[in-house]
Amino acid sequence: MSAVLNKPVIVPAQLEGEFKTLLSKTFSSEPDWLKEKRKEAFEKFSDSGIPTRKNEEYKYTDIRKIFSEIFTAIHNEAHDLTPNPSPLGEGSIRLVFVNGWLHKDSTLSVKLPKGVIVGNLAMDGLLNHSDLLKKHLSSDGDSLAQLNSALWTDGAFIYAPENVQLETPIEIIHISTGEKEILASPRHLIVAEKNSSLSIIENNISLDLNTKVIVNSHSDIFVEENSKVQFYRLQNDCKNVSLISSTNVIQGKNSHFDTNTVTLGSEWTRNNLSIALNGENCESHLNGLFITNGTDFIDNHTAVHHNKPHCQSNQLYKGILDGKSTGTFNGKIFVERDAQKTNAYQSSKNILLSDDATINTKPQLEIYADDVKCSHGSTTGQLNEEALFYLRSRGLSVDSARNLLLYAFANDVLDTIKIDSLRTYLEELVNKCLTPALSQGEGVKKQK
Amino acid sequence: MLSIKNLYAGISEKEILKGFSLEVKKGEVHAIMGPNGSGKSTLANVLAGREDYEITSGEVIFTPSFGGQGGLNLLEMSPEDRAREGLFLAFQYPVEIPGVSNINFLKTALNEIRAHKGLPPIDAKDFLKLIKEKQALVELQGTLANRSVNQGFSGGEKKRNEIFQMAVLEPTLCILDETDSGLDIDALRIVANGVNKLRSKDRAFVVITHYQRLLDHIIPDFVHVLYDGKIVKSGPKELALELEKKGYDWVKKEFVEA
Repeated sequence: MSAVLNKPVIVPAQLEGEFKTLLSKTFSSEPDWLKEKRKEAFEKFSDSGIPTRKNEEYKYTDIRKIFSEIFTAIHNEAHDLTPNPSPLGEGSIRLVFVNGWLHKDSTLSVKLPKGVIVGNLAMDGLLNHSDLLKKHLSSDGDSLAQLNSALWTDGAFIYAPENVQLETPIEIIHISTGEKEILASPRHLIVAEKNSSLSIIENNISLDLNTKVIVNSHSDIFVEENSKVQFYRLQNDCKNVSLISSTNVIQGKNSHFDTNTVTLGSEWTRNNLSIALNGENCESHLNGLFITNGTDFIDNHTAVHHNKPHCQSNQLYKGILDGKSTGTFNGKIFVERDAQKTNAYQSSKNILLSDDATINTKPQLEIYADDVKCSHGSTTGQLNEEALFYLRSRGLSVDSARNLLLYAFANDVLDTIKIDSLRTYLEELVNKCLTPALSQGEGVKKQK
Repeated sequence: MLSIKNLYAGISEKEILKGFSLEVKKGEVHAIMGPNGSGKSTLANVLAGREDYEITSGEVIFTPSFGGQGGLNLLEMSPEDRAREGLFLAFQYPVEIPGVSNINFLKTALNEIRAHKGLPPIDAKDFLKLIKEKQALVELQGTLANRSVNQGFSGGEKKRNEIFQMAVLEPTLCILDETDSGLDIDALRIVANGVNKLRSKDRAFVVITHYQRLLDHIIPDFVHVLYDGKIVKSGPKELALELEKKGYDWVKKEFVEA
């Protein structure tokens, strides 16, 4: 990629001032190594600025428009709120964050196996496990990831020591709320040591939000040798929120990583998901489903780096777009010279329900090894008219026939979800999401 | 039950049915035979309500035998309303619908038809019983009923699935579009047996076929020969045998001469 395209653009002057204030106040008691890390990250961010559409990675995503309003990174108000009931009922361990800060009252603590840490970065992490943070907090990523590295306030810190299988799913709930136009910067760190397993749900919602906010989140996930991690990201009910997520996953030998990104009724979303397969025999499954409407915008960027031999990666992203909504899927697969016997698959399938909806799909394969199996495919279309007629000829109304077909399309992705209660919850949500989308093409995401 | 008068219809500006007329009374089985391109499939599709076809003139009056309703102008009804009133088309090429379970789909269909008749949704237990009973009718394996609609079904399984659906939905007018095509002898016998068990004094069948062999199993009351978009010859079941022996050329010639 040419360097010219990545030339510095803008750093809102206000952010620079705010960063200094945060360093001298909010972050003042942090260890020096972390403050240094923050400064370096802010410098990197300043050098490149907020990406413009000249940047190939942001060709379809107008980030500057999102940042064109005045947002403040300085905020820490107590919020009195009761989060929605968990999709998992009482069966999960729950961490709740509000605008990037821990919400103690709603965080459920449960007795955990020895050595397991489920807490927050700012307290549990920095006070008791500073060494783990120092080792694992990454400084990689594009300028938005750097912005998070500079400004992050708090987030989940989840750690499974060697040989521990944590059966209970851990739920990270991030709530956007309030009256202030803020830039929230949650940061999550997830480490599964050798022979361990974790399943995590990150649920992004907005609640009593009366203005526009940006949530620029960052997650580092380490899936060490022989370990298994499931990571589910839900982006539902996010009215007025611009969601940006950067996720860096690093996998060790024989490890297994499953992820699902489900975006239903989010106004503006950009997901950057990067996976590095750094050991042999890794397996990685990346699935995504989005249903958009109105003027919704969603951009899923994935990058899978096959760095070692005998690894397998599989991507399935599906989208249903209605109204004037826009979607993008950009999936990269890099197979390094050393990564022989790689199996890498990618598929992006989309249904456009309206003439005004747009989807951009761009697969990119860079292969430097010669003994590999890689494939990618992308389809975009309308509903299958033959199938629609077949169903109607049996007595189904147009709406229920369409609903059945769309649901079947979406269900391919939901089927990959391994937590039963979560799958059931999402099946219902998808059904609800599809029904009104058909009758009037508006108003899918009214929130209670 | 069904009265088709002087029907003209076609697709993409090409006229295919040219003055087609047919009267079907309840309890009757009518076979419509004809050479390729005579309009057999067009007839089936027009009756089921496929929107790709254009009807230029003529009328189709459908008088369902249940509920004592009067004649309905079929051509003005949506495909789903035709189905709800009791019309069923067994497709020549049943479409595969990945991800939609056969059973779920059938339950939705049955309940929409019931709702149309003012009946409450079927009880889950009763539905299972119904499914089991009707599966046996066409010797359809339980596993097939639970799979996605027609997905990965063999040709014979697809046709059996059509008759299975027919058995569950209990229509009053059944149109079989080349149900025998792609079937081996055993499958043909099973499908025909299924159809025969569904014959009743209140139900009528229109069996569209190219070959006579299906009519060895499903004995029709009337045989009609469709040629160039209209019925050119009608007769008793023996007409089918004559056609099998002499081919269609004989009828064509007769038609041209007349």
